[in-house]
Amino acid sequence: MNGFAYLRPGSVQEAVEAFAGHPGAHYLAGGTNLVDLMKLGVTRPATLIDVGRLPLGTVEELPDGSLRVGATVRNSDLAADPRVRDRYPVLSQALLAGASGQLRNAATTGGNLLQRTRCPYFQDLGKPCNKREPGTGCGARQGVHRDHAVLGHSEHCVATHPSDMAVALAALDAQVELYGTDGARRVPVDDFYRLPGEHPERDTWIRPGELITGVLLPAATAGVPSAYRKARDRASYAFALASVAVVLRVADGVVDQVGIAFGALAHRPWRARHAELALLGAPAGPAAFEGAVALELAHAEPLRDNAYKVPLARNLALDVLNRLAPAPATAA
Amino acid sequence: MYTESPAVRKVPRAMTSANRPGHHSEVTLRVNGKPHTLLVDHRRVLLDLLREDLDLTGAKKGCDHGQCGACTVLVDGRRLNSCLLLAVTLDGSEVTTVEGLGGHGEEPHPLQRAFLDRDALQCGYCTPGQLCSAVGMLTEAAAGHPSHVTDPATPSGRPVPLDRPEIRERMSGNLCRCGAYPRIVEAVEDVIR
Amino acid sequence: MTGTNLGAPAERREGRQKVTGAARYAAEYTLPGRAHAWPVPAAVPRGRVTAVDTSAALALPGVLAVLTPGDAPRLAEPEDGTLAVLQDPDVPHRGWCVALAVAETLETARAAARAVRVTYDRKPHHADFTEADPDAYEPDEAGGQAGRVERGDPEAAYAAAGVRVDVTYRVPPLHNHPMEPHASTAHWDGDRLTVYTSSQGGTAVRSVLAQLFGLDEEGITVVAEHVGGGFGSKGTPRPDVVLAAMAARHTGRPVTLALPRRYLPDVVGHRAPTVQRLRLGADPDGRLTALLHEVTTHTSRVKEFVEYAAVPSRVMYATPALRSAHRVLPLDVPSPSWMRAPGEAPGMYALESAVDELAGVLGTDPVELRIRNEPDREPASGKPFSSRHLAECLREGARRFGWAERDPRPGARREGPFLLGTGVAAATYPVQVAPSTASAQALPDGTFTVRINAADIGTGARTVLAQVAADALGVPLDRVRTEVGRSDLPPAPLAGGSMGTASWGWAVHEACAELACRLAGHTGPLPVEGIEVRADTAGKADADSPYARHAFGAQFAEVAVDTVTGETRVRRLLGVFAAGHILNARTARSQFTGAMTMGLGMALTEHSTLDAVFGDFAEPDLAAYHVPAHADVPDIEADWLDEDDPHLNPMGSKGIGEIGIVGTAAAVGNAVHHATGIRFRELPLTPDRVLTALLSEG
Repeated sequence: MNGFAYLRPGSVQEAVEAFAGHPGAHYLAGGTNLVDLMKLGVTRPATLIDVGRLPLGTVEELPDGSLRVGATVRNSDLAADPRVRDRYPVLSQALLAGASGQLRNAATTGGNLLQRTRCPYFQDLGKPCNKREPGTGCGARQGVHRDHAVLGHSEHCVATHPSDMAVALAALDAQVELYGTDGARRVPVDDFYRLPGEHPERDTWIRPGELITGVLLPAATAGVPSAYRKARDRASYAFALASVAVVLRVADGVVDQVGIAFGALAHRPWRARHAELALLGAPAGPAAFEGAVALELAHAEPLRDNAYKVPLARNLALDVLNRLAPAPATAA
Repeated sequence: MYTESPAVRKVPRAMTSANRPGHHSEVTLRVNGKPHTLLVDHRRVLLDLLREDLDLTGAKKGCDHGQCGACTVLVDGRRLNSCLLLAVTLDGSEVTTVEGLGGHGEEPHPLQRAFLDRDALQCGYCTPGQLCSAVGMLTEAAAGHPSHVTDPATPSGRPVPLDRPEIRERMSGNLCRCGAYPRIVEAVEDVIR
Repeated sequence: MTGTNLGAPAERREGRQKVTGAARYAAEYTLPGRAHAWPVPAAVPRGRVTAVDTSAALALPGVLAVLTPGDAPRLAEPEDGTLAVLQDPDVPHRGWCVALAVAETLETARAAARAVRVTYDRKPHHADFTEADPDAYEPDEAGGQAGRVERGDPEAAYAAAGVRVDVTYRVPPLHNHPMEPHASTAHWDGDRLTVYTSSQGGTAVRSVLAQLFGLDEEGITVVAEHVGGGFGSKGTPRPDVVLAAMAARHTGRPVTLALPRRYLPDVVGHRAPTVQRLRLGADPDGRLTALLHEVTTHTSRVKEFVEYAAVPSRVMYATPALRSAHRVLPLDVPSPSWMRAPGEAPGMYALESAVDELAGVLGTDPVELRIRNEPDREPASGKPFSSRHLAECLREGARRFGWAERDPRPGARREGPFLLGTGVAAATYPVQVAPSTASAQALPDGTFTVRINAADIGTGARTVLAQVAADALGVPLDRVRTEVGRSDLPPAPLAGGSMGTASWGWAVHEACAELACRLAGHTGPLPVEGIEVRADTAGKADADSPYARHAFGAQFAEVAVDTVTGETRVRRLLGVFAAGHILNARTARSQFTGAMTMGLGMALTEHSTLDAVFGDFAEPDLAAYHVPAHADVPDIEADWLDEDDPHLNPMGSKGIGEIGIVGTAAAVGNAVHHATGIRFRELPLTPDRVLTALLSEG
């Protein structure tokens, strides 16, 4: 890591202006991924703009019943927030399934959304990686890729997004609040992330200089039964091999509302739109769940060594769907 | 406007030619109760500041990337991986390392005593991190922070009782290659009781 | 010997320093003017360095030097090729050190290393390990023993056997990953060299440095006071100490080189992968008639290291026909080395899994089958055992574990989505001992100081040696001080091969026994400088024994396999060991359970993948290489049967540092078979493998 300038703006506006005025600037909040990448030489900022102390550290209730999470709310605090635990259990569970106590104490909501892939080729300057250095090739496609993508990958990149939190947010229809020189905007989490395509160097649709100021948890999914489940190599402190976030409401035996998102299967949290479409209005039950999830995972294109992810994701999704669905009323 | 980093001051003579201006800032930290004002290279993480600048080598460097927990210290009472914290961001913070756990007295912290009683260490390299992590973890549980293994039905905002699965899950950010885990869990239980 | 100290659970002497942060490790000697070094790893799997452009690195403020193959200090040719660093432009494998940046600070050293531009003449490489590779050859030696041992006519005996098992097991590359990365601080004062290094054996570090730098050993001091684990990877000097000494000489400054974690896998050694074919022939009563254990492994082009996994088959079971043989394939890969219980850990995984398979074929209880095949002499050598209580360990373990209540049918226990199973495996580890020196000094104040260049890598060596001394002197423990971990103390062998305590303790015992005699004959007050006695066990400790000397043990595991995810977690582990006289109940238990934890990792979570395209490992850090975490480790129980074996050493002890990892993976694997009915023959048992098998076979 070479030297860099350090700025600590006092407001969002100042932060955005500072970014515009400093070529090669990066925002810094918890630093759990950025400092890691700087040490590896993968990210080389000329200036760090410390947004960790901006007044974005609270969770507020909005009049419409939604919950606004400030971008610098720490992952541990968000997971422990009684309103999040009660109304959006999938989010609390996803946060607690990720990283370690220490990392969750540092990592922020905004930073978690922007963390980069843990693909070993991306992290190794001595190896090709189109995400790190466009045009150098993808080391993982023919290399070691047990942990890589089975959905939505391209010939240029087979990396996965590592976040657990983002998977829950995708299933909850959460929105990312952004602020840039063009003003504020909101983007659904599901539209925030990109597939790799020809430009794996870009993870998201964030514009240069835009700052994540918060995440909006909508009223529409508040209080709807939800859960997160993750499979991993060790019992804790490991990235997912596959994970699933499910939001499911069943009324009169029929699926009334559903959000399903998979983690660790793709370059982005994978919202299972095909499955959701098949389920909405269908009678809730194992057969419908199985059909819907199969429909979604039919799109999977596993690599040489990661075909296991497809049945793993299927099992995880069915387990959580069946758990969330109320037991069928005993037939008369 | 934003505050530009302060001009370079108090640069040790040997360093003046060695560093470009604008890549250093002065920070003030309280470490184990003592204030320190230092001019830091922006690249310096808290772990290296403790070990190199303050000669507090209790916090260990096991991975330097937040993957082992050996560098865990308490910053404003919260346990954090000091290897991932740029020192320049910590101006005004209160840091407690393993050297400061016992306070200023001769007696070790009860957890340090419990580690000795239970033989909750072998090579000792992860030990300072385990200790700081356990202290932080106990505070979190008392404040009602749930963990991955906490029953979601547990009421929010009340202290979470710590059984063995809870302690293990909450301590999982601290790796121990000697395999002292069962003894560490017992030591933590000793101070809960 | 008699006394009340040996066996007592004395508290670890350096414990207080470790829990307060006062204990200093190799990178923590902040000498005045100390500089930091950072390596530049080769970015090609094989080739030659054609140019090193250091200009950008040297232009960084605070950079002191960049050592390259062209200008680094010249060394005499080392016996261990991995230490010939920066001596020529050849790149034998990716990650090999091709330059070393030295700077005022860690940050600048890291930036400088990254600014070094290396160009290579890249050559084709071969890093694909397959057992059928025609380049694999039979080594003469494996772990200091014959590469091949045969008794009887194993092929014919196997062909004629009424019951046969022919199975192949695979263990992936594994990494030691001690929590303290390999680190050294070096300082020259004229031609005097002092190094603070993280090593399991400072005596060997000194002699290797003397040879490489052309110095007298007296001119070198090696300090290894606290060592943050090693598990074999610090058994001999590694490149860090050589590079630190070169950099310190080159710059005239004290230099610390703490290897970054992600560079360790390529330069400090790994457990080489093994493919192990086991053929077991038995009569219908379950008595073995043939045992063939054939191992293929890899090594680097730098040196031949053979993971001697077939060796335990020479010890374990009575059989009239035996083959224990190795083949090794040299590849353009990092050099393998020792990892806790080299040979035994992977070898017993395969053998004890195959024995479990044989029990299944025979319908015999696996505890009973092992007891039925107890040999009365060591099968390969024909020597009598000095002591062997494997059957007793198995019986005691079975009693405690509740083995009698076990339903032997696989797949019979279900608890919601979990399949539950239990498994057993035997463990063995040889008794090794090497000559050592030690001194004991009686002081006028009634206290004693024992001095020996032992290494306390977390075993509690200081503590147990004080116990040995106190008993030999017949004094209370608190009257004895121990000084270890410095090369100006009496030379001693390494902490490795589970032989540290036996080797050091023997010398300490001799010195103290002799001192006690002298004191008995002494009248009047002691002189101010006290009375000091020095002992050397050369000729005794290394004398040939007419006995086969091994520790044994039994491992029991209970697992739960999640049928939803294939995630397999251990619920219970029990180890019962017979390892001579246990010298410190507290620290011994920690070593047993610690090694069992590493065995748990070997079974379930740990693996390195050799990336054949790039020639290095795909899991270079602790996020990708999964050392077990707290949540993986249940209440592990370890206990022992105290053995009275007069053929060992004055303390009657066998080594205990490694046997705990032996057999653990097999017990876990056998439990997974019992849980699922599926036999997995490749480690680790990660969800990808387990779920795939559950779905295809379940």
